[in-house]
Amino acid sequence: MFAITCKGISKSYVNKKQTTKALRDINLEVNSSELFGLIGPDGAGKTSLMRILATLILADIGIATVDGSDVVRDFELIRKKIGYMPGRFSLYQDLSVAENLEFYASVFNTTVNENYELIRDIYVQIEPFKNRRAGALSGGMKQKLALSCALIHRPKVLFLDEPTTGVDAVSRIEFWEMLKRLQAKGMTIFVSTPYMDEASLCDRIALIQNGRLLAVESPANIRSEFAGQLWSVRSKNMSRLMKDLKEWAIASSAFSFGDSIHLSIKGQRISASDINNYLSVFGHQQIEAQQIEASVEDCFMQLMSNE
Amino acid sequence: MRQFWIFVRKELWHILRDRQTLFVLIGMPVAQILIFGFALSNEVKNSKIAIVDHARDNASGELINRLESSKYFEITDFLNSDHEIEKAFKKGSVRLAVVIAPHFEESLKHENKSSIQLIADGTDPNVGTTLVSYASAIIGDYQNELLQNTKLPYTIKPEIRMIYNEQLKASYNYVPGVMAMVLLLVCSLMTSVAIVREKELGMMEVLLVSPLNPFFVVISKTVPYLIISIINVVSILLLSYFVLEVPIKGSLMLLFAESILFIVTSLSLGLFISSNAKTQTAAMFGTLIGLFMPTLLFSGFMFPIDNMPVPMQVISNIIPSKWFFIIVKSVMIKGLGFASIWKETLILLAFTSFMIFVSVKKFNKRLEIA
Repeated sequence: MFAITCKGISKSYVNKKQTTKALRDINLEVNSSELFGLIGPDGAGKTSLMRILATLILADIGIATVDGSDVVRDFELIRKKIGYMPGRFSLYQDLSVAENLEFYASVFNTTVNENYELIRDIYVQIEPFKNRRAGALSGGMKQKLALSCALIHRPKVLFLDEPTTGVDAVSRIEFWEMLKRLQAKGMTIFVSTPYMDEASLCDRIALIQNGRLLAVESPANIRSEFAGQLWSVRSKNMSRLMKDLKEWAIASSAFSFGDSIHLSIKGQRISASDINNYLSVFGHQQIEAQQIEASVEDCFMQLMSNE
Repeated sequence: MRQFWIFVRKELWHILRDRQTLFVLIGMPVAQILIFGFALSNEVKNSKIAIVDHARDNASGELINRLESSKYFEITDFLNSDHEIEKAFKKGSVRLAVVIAPHFEESLKHENKSSIQLIADGTDPNVGTTLVSYASAIIGDYQNELLQNTKLPYTIKPEIRMIYNEQLKASYNYVPGVMAMVLLLVCSLMTSVAIVREKELGMMEVLLVSPLNPFFVVISKTVPYLIISIINVVSILLLSYFVLEVPIKGSLMLLFAESILFIVTSLSLGLFISSNAKTQTAAMFGTLIGLFMPTLLFSGFMFPIDNMPVPMQVISNIIPSKWFFIIVKSVMIKGLGFASIWKETLILLAFTSFMIFVSVKKFNKRLEIA
């Protein structure tokens, strides 16, 4: 049985006679005990899909189920078996760490002791501050506390809406390690993120853009489906380099990626010397060109330009 | 039920940890009672007056003594001529001038009549009228004494009594008014803001995705404010009884029961506002403009409803604090029993049930997207 299914989910918001299509015909299936990533830029529709699955809002059309229960008809049942952590850390700033945790435990009719084993790995890190008010915690600590609160009732399916947004790099890595450990305990985790580099940490990902799913695949499969060649190019004058590469007839796309430019070539195979020759004509110096493996972000850009 | 009390405890923590707000909630009624009781009184006491005594005889001297010895007046200027009166008024030092005609005693004794002119500063008409009536009363009393032995045929003398409030103390009016205002402010404003805060900060999002009945969450928020309001009622009553010397003539239990009813009414209004407002600011403005202003204007506490144009009088009927104001005045000041306020009580009850019904209906089991 699938932990999550979506069939033809669409959702639009009407605001002052203006209709915004947030989700268009979303179809996906998430296996049990899968770490599934919903990946896309801000405004792509991640939160809307998350909220529909968490029974917070209703889709305009389409059917969705979570752990076999319909999100519309059986919403009360679903609310008993899922954990949900919204984008904003929903902690009571004026309550202490321990009080927050106890409060959320009692909301779900359980106690901290009952499921302590589940959150132990995470909670030991914040336990030294358990009498500190949540408002006085650092971003990474808040996030760990919020995760502990979402986990305290041992949910079957865990929904995390952009849990790593605004969290430093070290805490992000730690956070993903925690998710892996939870997954190993049999929990299904549905996580959304705008960071493409986190995609490879998921079992499978769904790339979403403008409310449409571009692909639902494992990160490796997505990368292997990259069409054509990908080059990482650098030169002394980066801004001119960008312009010149974009104007190259055989280039299908060029976009800056960190401190280099990713150039994708479709339809023919070229070598580094072809790039060197082309760029020398424009007077570029210190040209470095290297063929590379496509990352998820490169695939995302390609899928987006295909739309 | 265990969960309910955990929610209430959590809400109490919120309130107790926000010391400043707590201080305002408990301190505000005390401050308001004292301010309205002492500072904002429109009673007239020790008003400065000027005397122009053209007679300078025994009778005029006696009259001046009586004016002087009353607690309403303080004679600051003895003027020699009528011209000086205007100067004194222009200086702003006196509010009333008493001019006694020449040969005051003589004409009083021989012709049975004499004249006194009262000139009041009309810039504040209420104060002016009050001063004139106080002065007339003193003069009238004196006249009666003088004429005790002379038989006058067919005199009609009105006997005026201000029942329930013999001394015309303004605090008799303010105490019920402040009570209505404070309870409305604490209950409606604080609960609506507290509930909307939960929505605005995203807590509602998590609480909705839980096995709890979300209406539960909302109801549990009202309990601490119910407690604070009861504390406020007690402090207002203690202050007004011991400091402002307003008697509690009716049944204390009835007064309490009615106050609790009004607290619940205010809480239901808070619920109603919170089910409509999306931000704390909206909830705050909603309460201040939608509840607080009408309470000031239409409860009869500041401005008498009978003097309002008919449409305004009709509007005043939907203001719950108007009914509470009537109830408190009847029980506390007039000492009436339940038999005379059952109608007002019923109106409040109906209003409260309606508000709760609408709020429950409107309450969303899902998230409202702003």
